[in-house]
Amino acid sequence: MQVLLEAQHITKKFSGVTALSEVSMRIEKGKVIALIGENGAGKSTLLKIMSGIYTDYEGAILFKGKKVIFSTPKDAQDHGISIIHQELNLIPYLTVSQNVFLGRELINKLGFLDHEKMNKKTSELMERLQMEVDPLAMVNSLKVGQQQVVEIAKAILTESEVLFMDEPTSAIGESEVEVLFQIIDQLRSEGKSIVYISHKLDELFAIAGDFIVLRDGKAVGKGEMSKITRDELIGMMAGREIKVTKKSDKKRPDKQLLQVTNLTLKNQENPQRLILKDISFDLNNGEVLGIYGLMGAGRTELCESLFGLHRRSLTGSIVLDGVESHFNSPTEAIESGMALVPEDRKLDGIVPGMSVAENISITVLDKVLRFGLLNKKKESKLYDKYVESLKIKVNSERQLIKTLSGGNQQKVVLAKWIERGPKVLMLDEPTRGIDINAKNEIYELITKLASSGISVLVVSSEIPEILAISDRILVMAEGQITAEFGSEEATEKNIMNACIPEYVNK
Amino acid sequence: MISVKKYSNIAKYQSLIALFIMCLILALMTENFMTTDNFWNVMRQISVNVCISVGMTLVILTAGIDLSVGSILALCGAITAGLLKHGIAIPSANLFIGFTVFGVIIAGLLAGGALGFVNGYAVTKFKVPPFVATLAMLTMARGFTMLWTKGHPITGLGDSFGFLGTGWFLGIPMPVWISGIIVFVAVILTSKTRFGRYVYAIGGNENAARLSGIPINKIKIWVYALAGILAAAGGLLVTARLDSAQPNAGISYELDAIAAVVIGGTSLSGGRGTIMGTVLGAMIIGVLNNGLVLLDVSPFWQQVIKGMVILLAVIIDKTNSKSE
Repeated sequence: MQVLLEAQHITKKFSGVTALSEVSMRIEKGKVIALIGENGAGKSTLLKIMSGIYTDYEGAILFKGKKVIFSTPKDAQDHGISIIHQELNLIPYLTVSQNVFLGRELINKLGFLDHEKMNKKTSELMERLQMEVDPLAMVNSLKVGQQQVVEIAKAILTESEVLFMDEPTSAIGESEVEVLFQIIDQLRSEGKSIVYISHKLDELFAIAGDFIVLRDGKAVGKGEMSKITRDELIGMMAGREIKVTKKSDKKRPDKQLLQVTNLTLKNQENPQRLILKDISFDLNNGEVLGIYGLMGAGRTELCESLFGLHRRSLTGSIVLDGVESHFNSPTEAIESGMALVPEDRKLDGIVPGMSVAENISITVLDKVLRFGLLNKKKESKLYDKYVESLKIKVNSERQLIKTLSGGNQQKVVLAKWIERGPKVLMLDEPTRGIDINAKNEIYELITKLASSGISVLVVSSEIPEILAISDRILVMAEGQITAEFGSEEATEKNIMNACIPEYVNK
Repeated sequence: MISVKKYSNIAKYQSLIALFIMCLILALMTENFMTTDNFWNVMRQISVNVCISVGMTLVILTAGIDLSVGSILALCGAITAGLLKHGIAIPSANLFIGFTVFGVIIAGLLAGGALGFVNGYAVTKFKVPPFVATLAMLTMARGFTMLWTKGHPITGLGDSFGFLGTGWFLGIPMPVWISGIIVFVAVILTSKTRFGRYVYAIGGNENAARLSGIPINKIKIWVYALAGILAAAGGLLVTARLDSAQPNAGISYELDAIAAVVIGGTSLSGGRGTIMGTVLGAMIIGVLNNGLVLLDVSPFWQQVIKGMVILLAVIIDKTNSKSE
């Protein structure tokens, strides 16, 4: 069997944090390989290295036995390697044919675009993929599944020999999945290789021949799908040692603070699709509730819904401190005692061009007023208080927050909420992209805040983190709560088992 | 480390230095530049642009733009002049309302605020891009001006109103007093109040601002309303100075205002900039205009040179912010 693409001992570090270590992988001609692993296990990093997006790494990439260094994604594409990304990279207001030929347009003798030829070729491609799509249709009028086929057509047009598919079924319906599988089958029989990344194990058993499991940046298992069971795979994905010390079990406080009943969130563009479905849980005073789920499980949307961001498409009841609360905006939610540390710090958490002091005081400006005007001294005091208590590493209060490290930025975001004195503090991936020391400091802080009576809701895709800090754990998959564990009964395997999407259907 | 700090200090004062150099050159090359008369002349000329530019700065700090200020200026000037001269007469109800000078000033400013409010409402509630919403207002307000004035200037407004534009108080022309007070208040507003801080936060990262509980829509509506009020103030000054409301007053004033804001170092993508920067920008444009006239440069060349200065200012600003 010919090996098309091979990764040898790939190691990749991001500012000191190891994302991949000594990972090797062989992609043989005409095979479908499942690339499996938890969020953050290193799948996307490996994919990005093998397709020319990341260019600095240790180890070697071999293409048909020869060492290659892809300098750009285009370079990898020219070698016949394509990625079909999770979020589709099509231009919505161009036609199918225009998208397929984007960057590779055919021209006629006069130097003008040869629409006829391109449309004809697109038709042929679609026929080959057994898809009835008009080459002249606008891409934005297509269903997601059809758009995916357009992406595949693009890849075929470039004569790709290796196709990476990153969660290709995350946004499409069951009937479309079947079509996709037929296409994959056909591509394989034509001698193309496919690397298939998915959380949905049933799918992998249906189409993949081989598998490779990544965990914490290491390849922990390789082999043939036919020789392994579902449970064994889950075991490989989850078998991670807990590095954070588990805190002592304390009595669950008994004053109920937040009660959520049948919370349902509709997709605004497509009300048939539910992003959250009948979510019910309660949260007590001083409790840390962990919410675990894979990407797309609806964790972030749950936090946003509780924070007043999706009022129009939300149904169900939220009772905060005995009061039925339907917040129309974050402003209202904050006034009632909610706080949210968002998932994407740079996009939603900080105002990058403002100073550290200004980023801290932003939620509590009325506290730094004197005679109705902002008072620099009071603002400085606030800054001093948190730089000291949260050990924020910063040169001066005028330093722009964008120049701080991720961990210190996160501490600033936490500071602005602590000063606000919320009843419920929601943390969405609070330690993403943060080094281990800062992580531990943030864990300590969370525990401390909870013991002062604040209810904390932590969303995370790192199981050890969830296990270490939570009093109770909810697991979500496909917009639903699939399991609840007390801190004694929660194990990595339990949680892993409950978060795999098909659990929902059982 | 030290050299970087020094450099950024120079960058901070670059418009001040540019203004100083321009004045120096003009003082050496012309006889009339360094005279008291010419000084107050320039200051009076720029006062209208300063009023408008202060409002424009607020809007641009939120990452918006306001193209309608020139038309709002004309409409509010015309409303003020019309009310002062004719009052409101409703013959069918046998009703006549006359206005004092103070009354028409308030009415004119309120009209500007209302037009700005419409801009802000369209931008926030209907998510119309600021460029489009204010472009529509530019056209509408000009149309209303024509309707109100029937296409003719409204003249003969009396000395007490004219005092606003031509009078002196404590040795300083009235327009300079008025624009100076506006600048003073705006500096306090942007640097010392919650409102100002929110304006910067919204322009710096609207998502983070929203998630921090800042009432985005309310602040933005106020910003556009203030821009309208300040454009109206500019309208009062122009009308008072000419003793006449011209239906085509203020055409392309929005461009001079944007130029002043940009030369003053405010980022068009929002969140960065100062009122004082804008004032310097307006002064640079004013001195440039004045100097080119004194140097007897042809009006056609004046435009070319003005355009080049704007481009140069932004290029310098970009290179500086990159090296930060």
